[in-house]
Amino acid sequence: MKVDMSTVTKIKKGLNINMIGEAEKTIKDLVTDQFAIKPTDFIGVFPKLKVNEGDTVKAGSPLFIDKYRDNIVFTSPVSGKVKEIKRGPKRILLEVKIEADGKNEAIDFKAENPAKLNREEVIKKLLDSGVWPMIRQRPYSVIANPNDKPKSIFISTFDTAPLAPDNDLIVHGNGEAFQAGIDALSKLTDGKIHLNVDANATHSKVFTNSKGVQINQFAGPHPAGNVGVQINKIDPINKGDVVWYCYPQDVLAIGRLFLTGKFDATRVVAITGSEIKKPAYVKTKIGAAVEALVKDNTTDVFKRLISGNVLTGTKVELDGYLSFYHTQLTAIPEGNYHEMFGWALPGFDKFSLSRSFPSFLFKNKKYKLDTNYHGGERALVMTGIYEKVFPFDIYPMQLLKAIIVEDIDLMENLGIYEVDEEDFALCEVVDTSKTNMQVIVRKGLDLMRKEMS
Amino acid sequence: MKVLRDFLDKQKPHFEKGGRFEKLQSTFDAFETFLYVPDKVTTSGAHIRDAIDMKRTMIIVVLALIPPLLFGIWNVGYQHFISNGMTPDFWPMVGFGFMKVFPIIVVSYVVGLGIEFAFAQVRHHEVNEGFLVSGMLIPLVMPPDVPLWMVAVATAFAVVIGKEVFGGTGMNVLNPALTARAFLFFAYPSEMSGDRVWIAEKADAYSGATPLGHLLINDTNLPSVHDMFMGFIPGSIGETSTLAILLGAILLIATGIGSARIMLSVIVGGLTMGLLFNLWGANAYMEIPAYYHLVMGGFAFGTVYMATDPVSAAQTAKGKIYYGFLIGMIAVLIRVFNPAYPEGMMLSILLLNVFAPLIDHYVVQSNIKMRLKRAKVAVTAKV
Repeated sequence: MKVDMSTVTKIKKGLNINMIGEAEKTIKDLVTDQFAIKPTDFIGVFPKLKVNEGDTVKAGSPLFIDKYRDNIVFTSPVSGKVKEIKRGPKRILLEVKIEADGKNEAIDFKAENPAKLNREEVIKKLLDSGVWPMIRQRPYSVIANPNDKPKSIFISTFDTAPLAPDNDLIVHGNGEAFQAGIDALSKLTDGKIHLNVDANATHSKVFTNSKGVQINQFAGPHPAGNVGVQINKIDPINKGDVVWYCYPQDVLAIGRLFLTGKFDATRVVAITGSEIKKPAYVKTKIGAAVEALVKDNTTDVFKRLISGNVLTGTKVELDGYLSFYHTQLTAIPEGNYHEMFGWALPGFDKFSLSRSFPSFLFKNKKYKLDTNYHGGERALVMTGIYEKVFPFDIYPMQLLKAIIVEDIDLMENLGIYEVDEEDFALCEVVDTSKTNMQVIVRKGLDLMRKEMS
Repeated sequence: MKVLRDFLDKQKPHFEKGGRFEKLQSTFDAFETFLYVPDKVTTSGAHIRDAIDMKRTMIIVVLALIPPLLFGIWNVGYQHFISNGMTPDFWPMVGFGFMKVFPIIVVSYVVGLGIEFAFAQVRHHEVNEGFLVSGMLIPLVMPPDVPLWMVAVATAFAVVIGKEVFGGTGMNVLNPALTARAFLFFAYPSEMSGDRVWIAEKADAYSGATPLGHLLINDTNLPSVHDMFMGFIPGSIGETSTLAILLGAILLIATGIGSARIMLSVIVGGLTMGLLFNLWGANAYMEIPAYYHLVMGGFAFGTVYMATDPVSAAQTAKGKIYYGFLIGMIAVLIRVFNPAYPEGMMLSILLLNVFAPLIDHYVVQSNIKMRLKRAKVAVTAKV
């Protein structure tokens, strides 16, 4: 792609964390019949079951709905049988497990050209098929409300998180489905569809030749690929604004729905991390079993499996399932070891944003990082470090403190509508005080959502 | 080293809840985490974390304090001997200085850490590392002849009233080490000022006045700039050598632990005020070259180690500039105008410590206004 740097939005503040275990650019089909949809993946959703154990389902059959927005349906990614409905403490619904029958039967929602449909018809098809939950909104990062009209829709085509999947590779050869998806999305807003690409790394024609979108170029370290940063730079959210967003593989699923009439839950997943023997991509469906994803491909080290990336992902067990929104699985060593005088020794192999370890001299070094906190939790003492990795015109520490004291007005004034947990992930990583900031931000967002509804 | 780890693992249950020594849990934890970085793993949010922690941060600052400390030890001896008309070799000077300075350091750490441990224990908190730095800063801002009991009282005051009543490290308003210094300054003025205290066991006939002391009585008969920069002058233990302090500053800036923004702003503020006085030129003090202020008294030491304390300084990037600039200006202002206090740096930093939250407030308000304005423009555009 020819780059005209004058129109590139440069992100200066941020940090690329180079880790060992990047996926080799090959895609293999995954053989598994175990899938699950996890209601806990959807923020603010109260699941109401529509199936019982033993029921037969097709791809696109409703599994559960949101109790308070009952037109939002969550459907089965494959055809098969409801194997188990797993509940946790207080009967909270954890997993609806599906055993695939390999027949690939799917409910027919009718193939239609989205350009010839009106907004309501497009929304209805997305809702009924279970594709709708892929479209989320800012603020709050909850599933979009079909009754809202967003001021714009954002699609980030590149992921800058550690070991993130390469969307150029994933969408290769899917130009038709991608454009159909864009056509459908364009019915949902009167504003623009912003297709955000990496000025230096996005080369796929699928993205650069898209029609009916505004292509915005970004350059810079993580979190340049985060949709929150992109919205902040291109079309910032003010109080009362709603912006919708989704990711390339979601656009493909939307496109296929209109091209084939079927809910096609295909997902290409990057299997990454230092504890994966051969990191590469696999093609599977939404909610694939972790055991199948990492089978015969992990080291013997005591490790943590993460659905998603190391910054924002969720810990999963070997008998767990990949989350609805994740297209990456990461395996890194657990850090449950004591390190003698670790804080005092030079530490040539330590990863740190600060230059208090000599490793800062080796810019391109790839690290094998583990889950150790590297210190005890303290009050917030250091200042100015968060701003180095936080490319918003927002004061991160002041916002965090406003959230902690639950000062609604101050949170609003300081820009809480523009941020999400993931935008604070790097602040959390580099924090000297080891504060768990993403939890705090989520609490603040939940509080605001409750206040505003 | 496995033996030590095994020993700690074996003793640990005694210090945990229900154990024989549960009352000493914080103390055990402090020693354990001193020896070993804990094995705690992430449970929420980001799965990986930066290798830096509060201990690493504080130890870097302590390292940055080593040059002024070593120079201070030598200079205490040097000043003592020349005041007595002697010119001994290097080692006797260091020896004398060490015998003066070391007890002050010991008293500062023992009293301060003792109180920190006690508070941590009562609150069931982990012991904070902040005092590792404060405990070294306090001796370095003391005159060499300070009685040890005064060091103890001042340290106790600084830790309890300056820090713990606010909730400990990270919550304090004032810089603890300066609180200790200010306490002594106001509680024992006769022992803490004048010409006697800046040289240890000085001969009575010898004038022990610091350059600032000279200037206070409009006596511009100062040591050479070279001597003041190198630090061959009387003064508090760690403050005299601008060169040694510069070495510390380089380490702090290189590691990113000390705020270069604050340091530069203080220097610019001090120079600006000095130049303004040069223009005015009402007396001899006003006419000394502006850069003299940077190498005299505690200006350099305060700039590098005190003004940059992240807890008591302004927290926003813009706020740090105003904060630093005002510290520099007011320090020189107090020096030149105030007849009672020859040194303005301590009071200037303490004053701006108090005003730092206000500065931040206005900086944050401008950010809030920007956001409100943006929202308004968006609404008008829609209409």
